[in-house]
Amino acid sequence: MKKPFKINIEQPVLDDLRKRILATRWTDAMDENDWQYGISLSYMKELATYWANDFDWRKTEDAINTYPNFITEIDGYKIHYLHIKSKTPDATPLIISHGWPGSFLEMLKVIPLLTNNEVLSFDLVIPSLLGFGFSDKSGKEGINSTVMADLWVKLMNELGYEKFIAQGGDLGAIISTRIALKYPDSLIGLHLNYIPFNYKPYMLADQKLTKEETDEQKKTYKFFMTEGAYALIQGTKPMTLSYGLNDSPVGLCTWILQIFKSFSNPKKDLEELFNKNGLLSLVTLFWVTHSIRSSMSFYSDPKEKLLSFGKDDFIKVPVGIARYPYPDSFPARKYIERGYNVQHWKDMPSGGHFAAMEQPDLFAEDIREFAMKLNYLSEYGINSKPKKILNQLT
Amino acid sequence: MKKPFKINIEQSILDDLKNRIADTRWTDEIQNSKWEYGTNRSWLKELCDYWQTSFNWRKQEEYLNLFKNYKATIDGVELHFIHQKGEGNISVPLLLTHGWPDSFVRFLKIIPMLTKADENGFSFDVIIPSIPGQGFSEIPKESGMNVKRIAKLFTSLMTEELGYEKFVAHGGDLGTGITEQIALYHAESLLGIHLTDVPYHHILTIPPDKLNDTEKKYLDDITKWQMTEGAYNMIQSTKPQTLAYGLNDSPVGLAAWIVEKFHTWSDCHGDIESCFTKDELLTNITIYWATQTINSSFRHYHEAMKDMMQTMYNPLKKLNPFDKTGTKTEVPTAIAEFQIDLLPSKDFSNKFFNVQQWTKMPKGGHFAAMEQPELLAEDIRRFVIELESVKLKTQQLALA
Repeated sequence: MKKPFKINIEQPVLDDLRKRILATRWTDAMDENDWQYGISLSYMKELATYWANDFDWRKTEDAINTYPNFITEIDGYKIHYLHIKSKTPDATPLIISHGWPGSFLEMLKVIPLLTNNEVLSFDLVIPSLLGFGFSDKSGKEGINSTVMADLWVKLMNELGYEKFIAQGGDLGAIISTRIALKYPDSLIGLHLNYIPFNYKPYMLADQKLTKEETDEQKKTYKFFMTEGAYALIQGTKPMTLSYGLNDSPVGLCTWILQIFKSFSNPKKDLEELFNKNGLLSLVTLFWVTHSIRSSMSFYSDPKEKLLSFGKDDFIKVPVGIARYPYPDSFPARKYIERGYNVQHWKDMPSGGHFAAMEQPDLFAEDIREFAMKLNYLSEYGINSKPKKILNQLT
Repeated sequence: MKKPFKINIEQSILDDLKNRIADTRWTDEIQNSKWEYGTNRSWLKELCDYWQTSFNWRKQEEYLNLFKNYKATIDGVELHFIHQKGEGNISVPLLLTHGWPDSFVRFLKIIPMLTKADENGFSFDVIIPSIPGQGFSEIPKESGMNVKRIAKLFTSLMTEELGYEKFVAHGGDLGTGITEQIALYHAESLLGIHLTDVPYHHILTIPPDKLNDTEKKYLDDITKWQMTEGAYNMIQSTKPQTLAYGLNDSPVGLAAWIVEKFHTWSDCHGDIESCFTKDELLTNITIYWATQTINSSFRHYHEAMKDMMQTMYNPLKKLNPFDKTGTKTEVPTAIAEFQIDLLPSKDFSNKFFNVQQWTKMPKGGHFAAMEQPELLAEDIRRFVIELESVKLKTQQLALA
């Protein structure tokens, strides 16, 4: 079923994009350099000039097409994915799920780091979520994390991987957690760099949260109140929002960049953390594939339920958590451990929500470390038995 | 010194607008959805086709210019306003303050109803300013243009500029907040205030354990509303600039953002055109487009958020003798409760307002002045005629 795929956006689409950027009807600002109301006007103007005149999408395409891209169909959905096999045989399969407003492009820098390492590398699968990039954008209701979990397990099986590691942040963390809940036997381990905002562990009536846990919850709530409005509007009125974003490149760009700004080190300029080409590649992919509306469907789908753990929902597969310093709200370890079998916890020295883009080396190294721990665990017979890693190390 | 003002949008802006509508890069939609995810695509397409091909701004402009439009600089801020004098022997000055996402056009239909004299020769002088940063008033150049500051500007407009000693103030939506501030800080200039809603932030300033059951129910309703319908408020107050880029660049984006509120907040039972004509909706939207004020209109939400954070989290503010936030105004108050809007009980409203008249309206929604102009005009008239101070003045004039 799977077919090799090369990305090649038609030139008129790119020409039209450039024309629209140059024709932007700019809004005003009381202070062009201010960031307290959102993306600064002077910054956005500078970036737009670069986008129209200097940014070269074809270079991004070349970078993507360096790797094997495929399109397959599962359960009637068209799914785009990258599949990069490790140079070492019998490598552990690893599926990385991106989030919103990311895409497979977030992971480009970590591909060589995760597949070329001589000591430990992976067979890496990076799919595009439904509604994103080159995957299906049917506009049907019912695109949610449970559907994605089903699809990813089928995709991995189709590729010949019965057991694998699932990694994710943002929406990817929700999808990966759902895989762990629904298909525990398919997982060797689960690695998260974000805890789903809708996660709620199962607790008995007489169990109480510790102060540390409630303190972190308060911090998260405060963060949501100042930075989280995007999620509420995407969850309630995605159509209203989409008209402008699909019609105005600059509107789309600021909407996306705001998340990069909000979820990264607030003391640093965006471009100290991310380069222009990386950011604009992400935004351009949303633009050329008309996928902003469909990418938001996870927020509004009526069947996207809370990740409320029931009595038997404890995640038994070994879990690795990478806690990056930004944003500075993150559930307390104790709270996570109420629902996840945390075997690996790392407080990362730097990086934010878009860790794979911002800190690719740290990101890859931590996943590798987690995989090594899984090997150790399997050697001593705790939990699952990821033999492949063991074989690989010896 | 007020100067007559004629609305006259440059032709190049209108031509550019039509080109942009024609060039719209339409998004896809969630299959079979109506309005549950926001503005419905097929209706929006119909509206925008009409905007591009049939809507005649010049005709609307002619209508807007039938009223006496002026501009005056008050405390350094250039304000646009309509000043339409009453036809009666006794004419009470009435300030009408609009909200978001409407504009001064909200009140056009009730102008003739209010300026007309009744059988006793009683009428109103109607003054309708554009809130700074909306319509044809100046866009504020710095932060701090909050409801309190706007209240001061509008009071100066009424008293110093137009020479009215005392006036009645009416407001809805953001206009309610501004009217309340006039009552709190400029009560000496008021005869009474008339509102179509009660600012919901009052309930949030009271500790939940001090609320009675009715109030708890109201708080629950407000909280639920914030989660299902209040996201626009949250994004406009926290990241107004980020949102404004697309809406100032895409006419269809702007129309969708504005029109959703007219659909949701009106008493239209899902059929928006049962409450508003396309021309009416598009006149309002075209004003936002042509004046490029969607961003500055959002900043009012940012200001409101700052005000609310101050009230909720700054105990020192309550000790400040000059700060009247959350205190009760003694200015006689009338509240007209239309459908759709969530209003607290009369008892609760009495903690903040001196409620002398409460009317439960059989129909009409948030944009009452556009949806049910007769009901609203009648309610204002009934309230004002009964005010002791007005009665006195009427009697004096009758004797004279």
